Amino acid sequence: MARAVSSQRKLLNTLIAWSLGLIIFFPILWTILTSFKTEAQAINDPPIFFFFDWTLENYAVVQERSNYMRFLWNSIFIAGGSTLLGVLIAVPAAWSMAFVPSKRTKDILLWMLSTKMLPAVGVLYPIYLLFIELGLLDTRVGLVVVLMLINLPIIVWMLYSYFKEIPGEILEAARMDGASLKSEILYVLTPMAIPGIASTVLLNIILAWNEAFWTLNLTAAKAAPLTAFIASYSSPEGLFFAKLSAASTMAIAPILILGWFSQKQLVRGLTFGAVK
Amino acid sequence: MRFTKSIFAATAVAAMVSGGALAESLTIATVNNGDMIRMQGLTEDFTAKTGHEVEWVTLEENVLRQRVTTDISTKGGAFDIMTIGMYETPIWGSNGWLVPLDDLSDEYNAADILPAMSGGLSHDGTLFAAPFYGESSMIMYRTDLMEAAGLEMPDAPSWAFIAKAAREMTDRDKDINGICLRGKAGWGEGGAFITAMSNSFGARWFDEKWNAQFDTREWSDTLNFFVNMMKDAGPAGYATNGFNENLSLFQQGKCGMWIDATVAASFVTNPKDSTVADKVGFALAPDNGMGVRSNWLWAWALAIPAGTQKEAAAKQFIEWATSTSYIELVAEKEGWANVPPGARISLYENSNYKDIPFAKKTLESILSADPNNSTVDPSPYVGVQFAAIPEFAGIATEVSQEFSAAYAGKQTVAEALAKAQDITNEAMEAAGYR
Repeated sequence: MARAVSSQRKLLNTLIAWSLGLIIFFPILWTILTSFKTEAQAINDPPIFFFFDWTLENYAVVQERSNYMRFLWNSIFIAGGSTLLGVLIAVPAAWSMAFVPSKRTKDILLWMLSTKMLPAVGVLYPIYLLFIELGLLDTRVGLVVVLMLINLPIIVWMLYSYFKEIPGEILEAARMDGASLKSEILYVLTPMAIPGIASTVLLNIILAWNEAFWTLNLTAAKAAPLTAFIASYSSPEGLFFAKLSAASTMAIAPILILGWFSQKQLVRGLTFGAVK
Repeated sequence: MRFTKSIFAATAVAAMVSGGALAESLTIATVNNGDMIRMQGLTEDFTAKTGHEVEWVTLEENVLRQRVTTDISTKGGAFDIMTIGMYETPIWGSNGWLVPLDDLSDEYNAADILPAMSGGLSHDGTLFAAPFYGESSMIMYRTDLMEAAGLEMPDAPSWAFIAKAAREMTDRDKDINGICLRGKAGWGEGGAFITAMSNSFGARWFDEKWNAQFDTREWSDTLNFFVNMMKDAGPAGYATNGFNENLSLFQQGKCGMWIDATVAASFVTNPKDSTVADKVGFALAPDNGMGVRSNWLWAWALAIPAGTQKEAAAKQFIEWATSTSYIELVAEKEGWANVPPGARISLYENSNYKDIPFAKKTLESILSADPNNSTVDPSPYVGVQFAAIPEFAGIATEVSQEFSAAYAGKQTVAEALAKAQDITNEAMEAAGYR
């Protein structure tokens, strides 16, 4: 009897999970479907789901109009570069906060997080002026630095949480065996925190990939990533939903594929230390 | 021999250097609409003629506005040419942010630009942006539904006729709304429509001392007329409908009339996208017998930010893109219906263009809008559907949000107008106008 109840509950949980998953995924599915419609089909009322004349015309138009590969390369460079740089800075910072905390460590952590609460537009002009002075406007390097800085609090926080789960005694033992600080971080701490570091890296790549405020405001023609590519197909005066959907699908495809293949690491990392 | 070689070498180097200096790479910020995209596709013609390369930064209208404003106000120099509208041009021109376009070549023939356009893109008589295309607003209506209602659309109808026709054309069972109009919040969306409409009711944003005028009978008449008509004959949820939503409804045969931008005429008559392409008629935007019609005036224009290092090449591009020969190039490649409208007088004298069904009404609409004299009673501002002051965009966005809330039934018209009055007066006081 208990087994039957358990099966029912299992079925219910599965149904709820699938329903939630479908609801969350639906906007992406709809975007992908719309990208294969004509502009007239895209705005049809009632909406058309699957039974329409599928066309690749929108993809052809987008390919012809825009240099997709340049936008894609810029996105890869900016998202990858800012994440790598952020992790390089955050690992020692999180190590010191986790294993050698001072009485101000918690305040510093909270202060770092509080910078995320500042509306980005509030510092647009100072940063824009700095970029002009430093010649960083419309450069990938400039965006790598900015995105690293805005995501750094999250990287430090995540790594700090993972490091806190690692017993300090292991590091002490390494020190007693004569390991230097560098060896301790590189050969003892890092291998143990690999799942946490991997999920931090993945999450930050996603955050940097999707970042649309700074990437739109600090770029022009040369360093613009895929967010600018999508924005170039949005229009309040003209129905270009099918083309916009094609551009969006092309922009999100790489990160969707990355997320799909790394979902195990992501879930493992994000739930690391959640249940004791 | 050595001397001759040296001469040749020096000449070659000089040619390379001068060639390099002549060929520039221009970065142009622009909006994503049909005419601009077409221009991007034809850029090779400009490069072939001048040697200058062009890089495009295409953005959605509101994103573009924020992006170019940040750049020009900080002298960032990210763009050599910017696509801006009639709202920004006089303000930026007076700030000294734009290069005056008062030395364009004789061949360009600046006198051929429609006076309404050159007037709206100038400050103190100096042209600061060249119109790429211009637009006004007009009525697009279903000839079959009008006929079925036993009515005939006048060339220049009144609001009373439009309201009557809208109610008679409405057939809720067949999902046909008599009239579709913008109600969406935003100064360039519903805000633009209701401001232009209010002009024909004798309303204005400010009196001559910059006092808000939302507490007047004229504004109350405008808003009540709009809300009552839309309640009886408008589509459900019109409070969130903008240009695109109404275009979609009209193309699917769900609107009897639509009053909006003249550029929409080419969309609703395009059989590829519109189910009613062969049943569309055009008329001037309505009035109330007070001497001012309810149509607006707008232009997307090309301007050069002051301080650019490539001014000469940028001017060459502007001359190319806004010239009559560019219009002929588009006509040759894509047909006369697709040429950028509303900028040049000569286009409307062209016998090929006269055959386009909406050409005449577009020109009449543009000519009937006067940005320097847009209200019945005198007002201190320039602009038809906006007041060309820097504070307007922010104020009008807030005011249009209050109006949209009234359209959605979340507050009464009287409450929306009272809030609009307070919002506007407070902002104008803070800005030092009052």
